[in-house]
Amino acid sequence: MTTTTGTAAVTPSVGTAHTRVEGREKVTGAARYAGEIPFADLAHGWLVVSTIARGRIRAVESAPVEAMPGVLTVLHHGNAPQVDGEYVGLLGKPDPTVTLFQTDRVPFAGWPVALVVAETPEQAREAAEALVVRYDEEPHDVAFSAAHPGARKPEDPSAETEKGDLAAELAAAATVVDAEYTTPEEHHAMMEPHAATARWDGGRLEVVDSNQGSMWVADELAKMFSLDLGSVRVLSEHVGGGFGSKGLRPHQVAAVMATTVLHRPVRVVLTRRQMFSITGYRSPTVQRVRLGADAEGRLSAFGHEALSLTSTVHQFIERSADYGRAMYDADAHHTVNRVVALDVPTPTFVRAPGEAPGSFALESALDELAEKCGLDPIALRARNEPEAGPVSGLPYSTRRVIDCFEEGARRFGWADRDPRPGLRREGRWLLGTGTAAATFPSNAMPSTAAVTAEADGTFTVRITAADIGTGARTALTQIAADALEVEPSRIHMRIADSDFGQAMIAGGSMGTRSWAWAVTSAAKELREQLALGGAIPEQGITARSNTAEAIGALAQKERHSFGAQFAEVAVDTATGEVRVRRMLGIFAAGRIVNPLTARSQLRGGMVWGLSMALHEEAIRDRAFGSHVGPDLAGYHVAAHADVPPIEVGWVDDPDPDDPVGIKGIGEVGIVGAAAAIANAVWHATGVRHRHLPIRPDRVLLAGTAPGGDVDA
Amino acid sequence: MREFGYERVHDVSGAVALLGADPDARYLGGGTNLVDLMKTGVERPARLIDVRDLPLDQIEATPDGGLRIGATVTNSDLAAHPDVRSRYPGLAQAVLAGASGQLRNMATVGGNLLQRTRCGYFTDTAKPCNKRVPGSGCPAIEGEHHNHAILGASEHCVATHPSDMGVALTAFDAVVHYETADGPGELPFAEFYLPVGDTPHLETALPPGALITGITLPPAPVAAHSRYRKVRERASYAFAIGSIAGALDVRDGVVHEVRLAFGAVASRPWRAHAAERALTGGPATGEAFAAAADAELAAAETLPHNGYKVTLMRNLVVAMLTELSEEAVR
Repeated sequence: MTTTTGTAAVTPSVGTAHTRVEGREKVTGAARYAGEIPFADLAHGWLVVSTIARGRIRAVESAPVEAMPGVLTVLHHGNAPQVDGEYVGLLGKPDPTVTLFQTDRVPFAGWPVALVVAETPEQAREAAEALVVRYDEEPHDVAFSAAHPGARKPEDPSAETEKGDLAAELAAAATVVDAEYTTPEEHHAMMEPHAATARWDGGRLEVVDSNQGSMWVADELAKMFSLDLGSVRVLSEHVGGGFGSKGLRPHQVAAVMATTVLHRPVRVVLTRRQMFSITGYRSPTVQRVRLGADAEGRLSAFGHEALSLTSTVHQFIERSADYGRAMYDADAHHTVNRVVALDVPTPTFVRAPGEAPGSFALESALDELAEKCGLDPIALRARNEPEAGPVSGLPYSTRRVIDCFEEGARRFGWADRDPRPGLRREGRWLLGTGTAAATFPSNAMPSTAAVTAEADGTFTVRITAADIGTGARTALTQIAADALEVEPSRIHMRIADSDFGQAMIAGGSMGTRSWAWAVTSAAKELREQLALGGAIPEQGITARSNTAEAIGALAQKERHSFGAQFAEVAVDTATGEVRVRRMLGIFAAGRIVNPLTARSQLRGGMVWGLSMALHEEAIRDRAFGSHVGPDLAGYHVAAHADVPPIEVGWVDDPDPDDPVGIKGIGEVGIVGAAAAIANAVWHATGVRHRHLPIRPDRVLLAGTAPGGDVDA
Repeated sequence: MREFGYERVHDVSGAVALLGADPDARYLGGGTNLVDLMKTGVERPARLIDVRDLPLDQIEATPDGGLRIGATVTNSDLAAHPDVRSRYPGLAQAVLAGASGQLRNMATVGGNLLQRTRCGYFTDTAKPCNKRVPGSGCPAIEGEHHNHAILGASEHCVATHPSDMGVALTAFDAVVHYETADGPGELPFAEFYLPVGDTPHLETALPPGALITGITLPPAPVAAHSRYRKVRERASYAFAIGSIAGALDVRDGVVHEVRLAFGAVASRPWRAHAAERALTGGPATGEAFAAAADAELAAAETLPHNGYKVTLMRNLVVAMLTELSEEAVR
C-alpha cells in the first residue's frame, strides 16, 4: 500500500489531552521496570557501603563471606577491575563515587566499599551484611554553616556576577531587606530505586537500566571501561522517576564489573538507604538576600549570596544565586554562588537545581520588601519588570510573568485580600495567602532522530529519549503525528535505546523540546521523500535528523519559562501544624503539547514545592557523619493528606524560535511554590519563616510574634 | 537479611510451645514493624511463628460492661467496631491516627503493643544504641533528638514509644492478657511497660516466651466522652511528635472524672496522673487545665532540640480539655 501523510481530515494532536500511550501497561503491571525484567542465569549483586565518614580501608575480610551459601564473588579495591576515572563525559570528569573500588580511601559515610554477588538477592544481601570491613578512621567534618572557614568562591567565572556599587545603593535606599534564609538537605526520593542488569551478549555489553539518558550512560560506561561506544548498548524503557538522580551511578558500574568477572548477567538494585548516600541529593543552602528599593518600591540594590556544600572528591554547586540573574534588575546587582567541601556524599541536580532553593529565598525576600514598602506583592513585581536580561542585557524571547500573576490573581481571588497579617481565624486555624514568581531556563540540546514510513502505513520513530514518568513518550507521539499529519495511533514511538543514537537526556527541562525538534525535523525530511511517490519497500523508508546546526544557529536571547504561584494556608500556632488549603499555579512555559500530562507534571512540581516548604529534610548526625533515618519513614515527603486541591493553568506563550513552540515544563512547577507557602504562613501568623522546612516545632516556638524568626 | 524459617500456628498452646523451644524465634503478627526491623538487621530471628490465624480475632463485651479485644484483631477492625466507637471513641480515633490504611489492615493489637521505637539510632545497626546493644551508648542525646522523650527518660535512652493505640489504652486502664507454657497471666497497663532506667533494652514485663492473647478494657463511662488528638510533621503516615488521649466528665462546672495520657513524650504511653489529680474535684476552667498540664510537665527534662514538646503538650492538654468541657455543656 501507499503510505499517506498530510491527510486533511486529521485534527492536530498537539494541544489536546492524550492519555499515556503506555498507560494501560503501567496500570496493569505489564510494563516491566529495570529491576524486574527476567534473565536466564541471573546473578545478584549487593553493595556494601562504608560506615565511617572518613579514613582508609584497612581490610576487607572477604574469605568468610565467600564461603557463605550462593556467594559467587566479592569485589573490592583489592581485586576489582581497573577503570578509567579521568575521562571527560557529558558533565565533565566522573564523580569518583562511580569509579568503584579503585582506592582504599573513604571520603564519606555510605561510600561503596564492596560488591557481594550471589545466586539470589537474599544470599547476596545476607553476605553483604556479614562482610567485615576494617577501617583506619580519621576525623571528619560534616558541619555545614555560613561561617565555615572552607567556604570559597569556585573557579568557575559564572559563579559571580556584579554590576554597580551594592553597598552604596543599599545605603541610599529608602527601604532595605537584609535577611538570611536556609534550606536543608533534600533528596529525590523517586519511587523506583536505581536498578541495572548488565550482561555480555555476542561481544557487546548490554545494560538494562533505569536512567534519564541511555546514550549518556552508554557513553560514560564505554569511556570508563575503555570500550568502543558501538559495543555498549543501554536500554531504559520505563523509569519510575528520576528528578536529576538517574545518570551514571554505582549500580550500573557494579553490574558491569561483576558481569565482566563472572561471565553471566548480574543485577544490582540499590536499597532506599543506599540511595541516600550514592545517588546524589540537593545540598543544604544558606542564602543572604539584600534588597534596596526607593519609596515606590523600585529596586536599586539587589544582592544574593548563596552557599552550598559539595564532597571532597567532586564539585557540584547548587546555584541558588542564579535565580535573580534573569528575574530582577537593579542599578547595583550582585549574585554569587559559594561552596564548601565537606566529608559528605556528592550532591547533584535535583528538580530545578538552583532555582528551587534560590526562589525560596528571593521570592520570600520580595514579599518582605512588599510588606515594608506597603505594596501589594504583585504590584511590587510588576513595578520591577526588566526590559532585558539584568546581567546579560539580552532581550527576552518572551516574558509573560505579569500575565501569569494577573490571570492567577483573577482565579485565586487575590483582589479581595487584606494585606495585614494575623487577622483571619477559623476555629483553631489562622488563615493566610501568599504568592511568588517562578522561572526556569528554556534551552534545547542537539539530538538525532529517525522516522520510518512502514509498509503497513504506520510510522516508527526512534530516538534515545527517556520517559521518566513525565509523559514524554506520549508527547513525542503527538508531535510526530502532527509533523506527519496522521493520527497518533499510526505512530510507534520507540525510545530509551542507545542504539538509536545521540539525543538529549531527560534533564534541565530540555528533553521534550530537544527531542521534539529532532522528531519534527526527521518527519519533515521523510515527508519530502514520500512526496516523490512510489510504494514503500518492506524495510520502509527512513529519514534521519540532527538538530545540532539548527540549535547552534539560535540567536542569543534570555529564554525562560515563567510562572506565578499562589497558596492559601491554615496555621495552628498552638500545635505548630501548617496545612495548605489550596494552591494555584499559572505558567507561561511555551506551547503545551499534552495538557493532561503537562498539568500532572506542573502539579507534581507544586506538590514537591509544598513538600519542600513543610516536610523535607535529611538529618545528618555530626558525630557519625551519616544520616539518621535515611528512608521514607524518616525522610518525610508530603502524604496525600497534605496535598490540597491544586489548580494549574497557563497563558499562551509559544517560543517563537522553536519549531513546535516548546519551552519546557519539567522544573518550573516547583519554583516559587515554597516561597508562596512561606509568604502565606507569614500572612496567617505575622511570622516570617526563613528556614525550611516550616516544621511544627518552629511554628510553635515562633508563635505569632511579629518579626519573629526562629533559627532552631 | 538472615534466612529464616516460617511457621503458621492455629492454637495458642501450640504457639507458646513452639516459641518456648526456640529462643531465636519471634511471633509474627501483621509484620508491619518486625519485617522492617529484619530488613535493617535490627532483628535477626531464625524462625517466625505466624500467630495471625489464632482464634483471637474477636471483640466481645465483658459481663461487667467492658470490652475484651483479641490479640490478632487488626487495627482496622478495632477502629471500626461499633462498641469501640461508641464506648471508647478516643481509642478508635487513636488507632485511625496511626500509620496508613494498608498498614492498619495488617497490624494487630498484640503487635502494636510490642512495636519498637522508631529512633533513627535504634534502627541503624552501624550506630550505637543502648536499647539495641546494651552498654553501647545513646548518641541521640548529643545528636538528633528533636522527637525524643521529655518524660521518664534516662541518660541511657531517650527514645519514645511510637504507638497511638497504646496512649488511649493507658488512659482507659487496659489490662494485657498473655499465655506462657505455665498458663495464662495478666498485666495492668501501668505495669506492662518497664521504666527505662539503665535497662532500655528491657521494654515490657511480659515473662520470656509469653504470647499476648488479648486486652480487656474495664468499664469506664467517662470513656464514652473521650477523644484523641495527634500532632505530627505531616498530615498522615507519620509518628506523633506529641499526642493526647483525654476523657472528661464535668458536673456543675466541676471535674468529676478525667483521664489524660500523652504519646511521643516517653518510652511508653504516658498516663498523666499528676494532671488528673490536679483536676479532679476542681473547676473545669482554662486556668485549671493549664495548671494541670504544668503539674504533669513539671517533671519534664528537655534536651536542646525537644523543649518545644513541653509547650506542645501544655497546649494540647488545654485544647483537649476545653473541647471536651464545651461539648459536655452542649
